[in-house]
Amino acid sequence: MSIAATQKRGFGAFLWDYITTVDHKKIAHLYLFGGGFFFLLGGLEAMIIRIQLATPENDFISAGLYNEMITMHGTTMIFLAAMPLLLGLMNAVMPLQIGARDVAFPFLNSLGFWLFMFGGILLNFSWFMGGGAPDAGWTAYAPLSTQSPGHGVDFYVLGLQISGAGTLMGGINFLATIVTMRAPGMTYMRMPLFSWATFITSVLILFAFPALTVGLFLLMFDRMFGSAFFDVALGGNTIIWQHLFWIFAHPEVYILILPVFGVFSDITATLSKKRLFGYTAMVFATILIAFLGFMVWAHHMFTVGLGPVANSIFAIATMAIAVPTGIKIFNWLATMWGGSITINSAMLWTLGFIPSFTIGGMTGIMLASAVADYQYHDTYFVVAHFHYVIVGGTVFGIMAALHFWWPKMFGRILHEGMGKLTFWLFFVGFHLTFFVQHFLGLMGMPRRYWVFLEDQGLDTGNMVSTIGAFLMAVGVVIFLINVFYTWAKGNKAPADPWDGRSLEWAISSPPPYYNFKQTPLVRGLDPLWVEKMEGKGEITPAEPLGDIHMPNSSILPFLISLGFTIAGFGFIFQVDHSAYLILVFAGIGLALLSMLIRSLKDDHGYHIKKEELEREAD
Amino acid sequence: MSHDHSLNPETMPQEPEKATLEGRNKFYGLWFFLGGETVLFASFFGTYIALRNSTAGGPASTDLFGLGLVFAMTMILLTSSLTSVYAMYHMKNNDFKKMQLWLAITAFLGLSFLALEIYEFTHYIIDYGFTFRSSAFGSAFYTLVGFHGGHVTFGIAWLMALMVRNAKRGLNLYNAPKFYTFSLYWHFIDVVWVFIFTVVYLMGRVG
Amino acid sequence: MTNNTNTNHVDSFEKRKKKEEMKKQLISFALMIGFTIIAFIAVAADVMEPMFVVPLILILAVVQVAFQFYYFMHMKDKDHEMPATLMYGGVWAAALTLAGLILIVWW
Repeated sequence: MSIAATQKRGFGAFLWDYITTVDHKKIAHLYLFGGGFFFLLGGLEAMIIRIQLATPENDFISAGLYNEMITMHGTTMIFLAAMPLLLGLMNAVMPLQIGARDVAFPFLNSLGFWLFMFGGILLNFSWFMGGGAPDAGWTAYAPLSTQSPGHGVDFYVLGLQISGAGTLMGGINFLATIVTMRAPGMTYMRMPLFSWATFITSVLILFAFPALTVGLFLLMFDRMFGSAFFDVALGGNTIIWQHLFWIFAHPEVYILILPVFGVFSDITATLSKKRLFGYTAMVFATILIAFLGFMVWAHHMFTVGLGPVANSIFAIATMAIAVPTGIKIFNWLATMWGGSITINSAMLWTLGFIPSFTIGGMTGIMLASAVADYQYHDTYFVVAHFHYVIVGGTVFGIMAALHFWWPKMFGRILHEGMGKLTFWLFFVGFHLTFFVQHFLGLMGMPRRYWVFLEDQGLDTGNMVSTIGAFLMAVGVVIFLINVFYTWAKGNKAPADPWDGRSLEWAISSPPPYYNFKQTPLVRGLDPLWVEKMEGKGEITPAEPLGDIHMPNSSILPFLISLGFTIAGFGFIFQVDHSAYLILVFAGIGLALLSMLIRSLKDDHGYHIKKEELEREAD
Repeated sequence: MSHDHSLNPETMPQEPEKATLEGRNKFYGLWFFLGGETVLFASFFGTYIALRNSTAGGPASTDLFGLGLVFAMTMILLTSSLTSVYAMYHMKNNDFKKMQLWLAITAFLGLSFLALEIYEFTHYIIDYGFTFRSSAFGSAFYTLVGFHGGHVTFGIAWLMALMVRNAKRGLNLYNAPKFYTFSLYWHFIDVVWVFIFTVVYLMGRVG
Repeated sequence: MTNNTNTNHVDSFEKRKKKEEMKKQLISFALMIGFTIIAFIAVAADVMEPMFVVPLILILAVVQVAFQFYYFMHMKDKDHEMPATLMYGGVWAAALTLAGLILIVWW
């Protein structure tokens, strides 16, 4: 399959190419597209929430619909927007950074994406069928979730189960890739920070998602098959859900933040033209955050009544996380110190991130104090805190990464002016929206309430918050315009637009589908920079030009995911009528059959011949 | 390049399961997956331990569990772990026939285990009226032991598919990692069972 | 693929190493069966206090599982550093999960 053959093709062939692709760069595009779509959806839900709360006793939407909005906003943003966008970035960049031609499991990579996509679509079908979307909050605490009428929570369970399985596969894939496929000389302690973050994040995914899987199974069995895990009358215990959920969901927030720590580390070093300050400390801080991140889940449950001993242990462990996080903040500052800083869109997001995230971290320490938490719990103070870390951290990081790596991923540079405008609108809007929510919370405004009363001192703050949300929305719209503009007539990107330091900048933008014609030889931290400093400017190959082994495309991941999704619908509706069990059997049958085909049919991939590679050389 | 060619003692690497990049990827990938499975089963175990006395007036573990059947099941599964070790021993010696034989024994032992487990569950349901819906204890018991049984079932299906697919062509560097990863998975199932018989059945007898 | 200098001498050395390995695995199997029998007898005999029996059978289980991992699954061999690291990570996360669900679930 040569490049010329794939050049001219219709839309059908284009679609088929993407549905069957196992190329990590194309899967990254899919993730970015899917995650971006759900980000807009979740943003729309956020706007509806803010419109409802703009004025006191508003009745823009009904109370029931409001519950559905907050649930779907949280669930969508965490599982279907932030995670896939990050997985997309990892897919696009990590293999290039470590000098690999592909990931360890290209087939699983594709399967992971399609499971996520179908899970997300399944979840959002709840708007149209089965009596409304899930309405028990993104935390779905039992017994609220076991008692919730209609099929909303059933969609939540199945949608997250399917997309969660996809994420787990993604995690294992990245781990194996980094362990086995680093280029010669690319030792662990020479990996760029983003690759390190990918590695650690994958470890977190591997250990955190199984707890969610189990929690979702228990909830599914209780709602659909009459088990009694959370049914107190039969000896059940609702605290089990809270534990399982937070054992997953606390590491989950580190899954969201660690990759962008990596993004900011790479951007800061590149755009300050300095080696990252305290590389080793940065790596160990990442590991330490991940390690501590597993032992703090109960700080979400301080008011449950676990007792003073448990609360104290979890409070102290939580506060300890501030130490490695502080190390990182100071290392970024020190990297910039005395550097020759280029202030472009990517750098603006980085500069905006540091104070914003620090505020979020500080309120995190406040919340970690178990005694004080009795006051903050379930108020807008908490809402403000987690939006400061997730928007001020993760979303800023994703935006920075998109501006930074867009040329590498799509071959064109995003428009700078629009990029800066997006940043300023979003940055100002973000602080307007959420800063004031700290005080609304301290004044006693509870989260998740449909309306608030007039003249309680909450009117102005809520109005300000809504105005800020609109500014953020305008910022996002301008970013979208920027994307379309760049796609249509953006400047073609050179291989190395930012005077980069790591391997991804050593190959063309976008990279050829085999990434590296010859596996690169890595001679130090920031390998491209090392070569630039020695006056070579290009990477030394580690091998002579030879045949390159590539994996075959496959439709099976799509079919497996489709099968599980059909089975998901079957599970949801078999409660109403057992005829729907046919869907369960048909769906699982399709998935298992596809898996069997995958297992039985040998797939050795194909080779790009040496002669063909030589012909492509300019 | 030519990893479809059958192996002979001359070209046989010492560790055929890790001789190719694909093989190493499979090897690491499955190990990492097992790391995640550890947390999965820990969550089931934790749930079970939290709910093991929540019988809601229904049958309790001391009423239900007999040791004889569980001992038999344990011996069968432990032995199947050893037989898969033998299979891997013969794989490394490039003796395909013997490997298939030991794998067949492994599958047979797995099936026997499964049969006993099904008998056990029906026994509880029919003779004691103890079901998935009886109490939180019932839900937790059937879920934990049932998920293990599901893993055994999947393992047997996987093994059968591997054996049938490769029956005619013998061992090569393409399928050696597949057999090896299966054996890792199978040992892990055994590990989980060790904790099940200890925590569920033996501790359930002690009360 | 990977070329080994397969002279007969090396071959017989490898064979002996594998035999040796197999012997170790048989010994660990015997120990595992032994531990299992001890655990069952300890419970079936019904003569010890639960406070004593429960830790005993848990320790026997952990040791037995260590044999599975280190001998049957070769975690003691080289090339198993990463698997071992991730497995211990999983055990750590599992221990925390268990601690949470056992110690701070109140009813």
